[in-house]
Amino acid sequence: MITPHLPVLQVIIALIAAPLCVILRQGTLSWLLATLVCFLSFLISCILFNQVLTEGVISYALGGWLSPWGIEYRLDKLTVFMLLVINGVAAIVLLGAKASIANEISSDRLYLFYTAFLLNLTGILGVIVTGDAFNLFVFIEIASLSSYAMISIGRDRRGLYAAFKYLVFGTIGASFILISVGLLYAVTGTLNMVDIFQRLPDVENTRTLMTALVFFVVGIGIKAAIFPLHLWLPDAYSYSPSIVSTFLAGTTTKVFIYVLIRFIFSVFGYEIVFEQAVFNYLLMLLACAGILYGSYLAIKQDSLKRLLAYSSIAQLGYMLLGISLATEAGLAAGLIHIFNHAIIKVTLFLSVVTIIFYTKTDSISRLAGLFKTMPLVMLAFFIAGLSLIGVPMTAGFVSKWYLIKASFEAGYWGLVLVIVFSSVLAIIYIWKFVEVAYFKSPENEVVTLDSNQKTPYLLFFALFIFVVANIYFGLDSSLNVDMANAIARDLFAK
Amino acid sequence: MSDQLLIILALCIPVATSIFIVITHNNINVREAGTLFSTVCLILVVYALLQKVLNGEEPQLLVLEFLPGLAIHFRIEPLGMLFGCIASFLWLINSIYSIGYMRGNKEKHQTRFYVCFAIAIASTMGIAFSANLVTLFIFYEMLTLSTYPLVTHKGSEDAMRAGRVYLGTLLSTSICFFLPAIIWTNVLAGTTEFTNGGILNRDTGHSVILVLLMLFAYGIGKAALMPMHRWLPAAMVAPTPVSALLHAVAVVKAGVFSIVKIVTYIFSPAFLSEMIEVNVLLYLAGITIILASIIALQADNLKRRLAYSTISQLSYVILATALLAPISIMGAALHILAHAFGKITLFFAAGSIYTATKKTAVSELDGIGKAMPWTMGAFAIASLSMIGVPPTVGFLSKWYILQGAFEVESWFAVTVIVISTLLNAGYFLPVIYAAFFKKPVDGKELNYQEAPLAIVLALTITAIMTVLLFFFPEVPLQLVKLLAGNML
Repeated sequence: MITPHLPVLQVIIALIAAPLCVILRQGTLSWLLATLVCFLSFLISCILFNQVLTEGVISYALGGWLSPWGIEYRLDKLTVFMLLVINGVAAIVLLGAKASIANEISSDRLYLFYTAFLLNLTGILGVIVTGDAFNLFVFIEIASLSSYAMISIGRDRRGLYAAFKYLVFGTIGASFILISVGLLYAVTGTLNMVDIFQRLPDVENTRTLMTALVFFVVGIGIKAAIFPLHLWLPDAYSYSPSIVSTFLAGTTTKVFIYVLIRFIFSVFGYEIVFEQAVFNYLLMLLACAGILYGSYLAIKQDSLKRLLAYSSIAQLGYMLLGISLATEAGLAAGLIHIFNHAIIKVTLFLSVVTIIFYTKTDSISRLAGLFKTMPLVMLAFFIAGLSLIGVPMTAGFVSKWYLIKASFEAGYWGLVLVIVFSSVLAIIYIWKFVEVAYFKSPENEVVTLDSNQKTPYLLFFALFIFVVANIYFGLDSSLNVDMANAIARDLFAK
Repeated sequence: MSDQLLIILALCIPVATSIFIVITHNNINVREAGTLFSTVCLILVVYALLQKVLNGEEPQLLVLEFLPGLAIHFRIEPLGMLFGCIASFLWLINSIYSIGYMRGNKEKHQTRFYVCFAIAIASTMGIAFSANLVTLFIFYEMLTLSTYPLVTHKGSEDAMRAGRVYLGTLLSTSICFFLPAIIWTNVLAGTTEFTNGGILNRDTGHSVILVLLMLFAYGIGKAALMPMHRWLPAAMVAPTPVSALLHAVAVVKAGVFSIVKIVTYIFSPAFLSEMIEVNVLLYLAGITIILASIIALQADNLKRRLAYSTISQLSYVILATALLAPISIMGAALHILAHAFGKITLFFAAGSIYTATKKTAVSELDGIGKAMPWTMGAFAIASLSMIGVPPTVGFLSKWYILQGAFEVESWFAVTVIVISTLLNAGYFLPVIYAAFFKKPVDGKELNYQEAPLAIVLALTITAIMTVLLFFFPEVPLQLVKLLAGNML
């Protein structure tokens, strides 16, 4: 009875739970509720995943209004793949989040954080499932507004500035997306993505269409922090509460890469984007620049969170690079990296969360000798770092293998050089911290562990799950690789 | 026992040893007895495998296929068997030596040392037995990472800097060149399995083959082809048993082994010899041999001299491989063996001198032969093997390499070998002369004695082995003949 309504439940459960947190007005209860919702949401996405794999595309008419009049939720393989990644990350991160959240946010605001978190989850899940271009914009706004709140909610006052910066950028980005959707509506007379896609061939080669495409790419570029539109990201990641950074790194930017893929393949059509507008070369150029720029700046950071933020900009470049190859193998490589990078970056961020939880700092120079004082956490960071570099038997290696292979097959030797060179830069910035933590002995000026803290078992548990996932998906990557290949095949077959 | 079980044992014994060492770290005698016991076990396992390989079998084991078409897969062919034998035997000797050295010098963090050492050996067995490039690469990287804590063992500023060079060179060359080369091979050939007769399509363009070969040659930074050699002298800061591991047992041997294996089973020498461009590798190796020997000639620090000697000897293997004649590739394989025993003896001797006298410079060794006859005697024998004088195993490998050079009429290679032999003599013989025939500088009698028994025992065994292998080379010869058979 309930099964046909799962697509809408996926979004609406979190939406309903968000105001409940305000009613509860209590940190722990709100956390329990939010975690419960996340796991429920994860369960739903698992069922949907299975359903789409066995039965094919699910189309759900919201409120019973059939498209093109009503809003259609449309779930294909790409949708459920993303749902699985986002929900998985959200559920496990939130499970471990409580201790760190309670440390970094004042207690009277805790329930507000969980409200914002649930709204954010609603937003990004909505973006993924919706098949309506305007509805997509609405969900993007829900996700963005709630993330501004999450970034500024911590004790760190610099979060306010970071959130404001993100607000300005984000609003411009969202307006551009809205303009693009409006232009598409003007030329096709519909907001349903499938309809737009079908009607676009009639208006091919019009200037309006090209304008819509340009507005869209710039808008989504800001939201996804594609170089050189990434300026809001380092501040937002480094000054927000560390769990928020973890969550943003694992989910939000990836969702916008998803929107990019969705619009290229299911709205504009890749023939228009790649063959007429030759946007793939632009994307390729930006991807390479972003990869090198992000990796280079990551080396220069002293703050771990900032280091990981710049590394994220570089890693987003990898995903974009895969897409910009405009081949099936390339797109699959990009999707594989979305999946693997979510795991890798969340592991790194969660270990930083734990470090901050105990030491109250993320400055590398003050964290000497951490291998002695926090061996388990450092081991987690080390393994995830290897995975980021792309050492075999870790998830990162799988990404890199497919990305390099796709570049070879597409005939772009230069890209292989960019990829391997930035891997070397990754060795440098990961090793920078490992070396300090491994060799330098803790000296006077170095912060000591706050031993009054209760051991955050759940945080360790969440970290542990992600570390295991890093290794598991390095050894048996059939789940994500097969799925990514199937998605790429479908998208190019359309 | 079945093939599969033996391969699993060969890989798991060192890993199990490292766990055992961690558990028993409080009782050092138990810890060290455990290490020695498992080295013996490993040798027995490898011996059982050796019998199978000598019978012409190629035991294999498919562990898991982690990406479609990419698997962790082991297959023991003759070359890998030879390398496996060297590594497992020298692990035993090196463990005996390590115990003497680490206790004699009261080194700290001994447990960490033995753990990393055992993992490095496990990685080496993985490299030796790998059946495809991906498996080889996985264990290659594991070897780099597991030896990093060994190189930086002292934890000083110097060690940290050396560790940076070590890790930086080896990881970045492997990721920048080796990995793309593997992926490219996979794209071109659709597989990365080591196959008799090579896997690359004969229609592939010559320039592509050349670039690929260069990517492999420089990507395998462990082979220390100039200018990728800097990590090797830098890593001298490590304790001597680690230098022995690096130079003789595992690391550099894994490098040249990989090159021989890739040329034999990925490219196929017969295929490469049709292309004149491939001679580039020959020239690069020749230049490395001569340059490294000249630097060694000028080095006063004994370990530095040995390090550059290693670089030049490694390029012998590459040179012999690049000659592409089956007989020279047999020589390359034998040279891996000869250099392993020779160089480990030399490093053991250097460590022995350091343990007994804390001396590290060649110029301080005048007259030391009287005080440390066993050490310096072994040093002399190993030097002769390095130069290639009979009756040592070094003569054997040089003989095969020269034969190959004459066969393909590469006068460049012949010249290089002759000149470098002279240079080898030039930097080893003065040390021996000074040790035995010169008087101590200040005229006083030397007041120190031989190093601890474990050290002397280890270096005596390896010195004897360099001579014994000259008189009884049947097993290695049979293995390299099987290898040559695979090339046809």
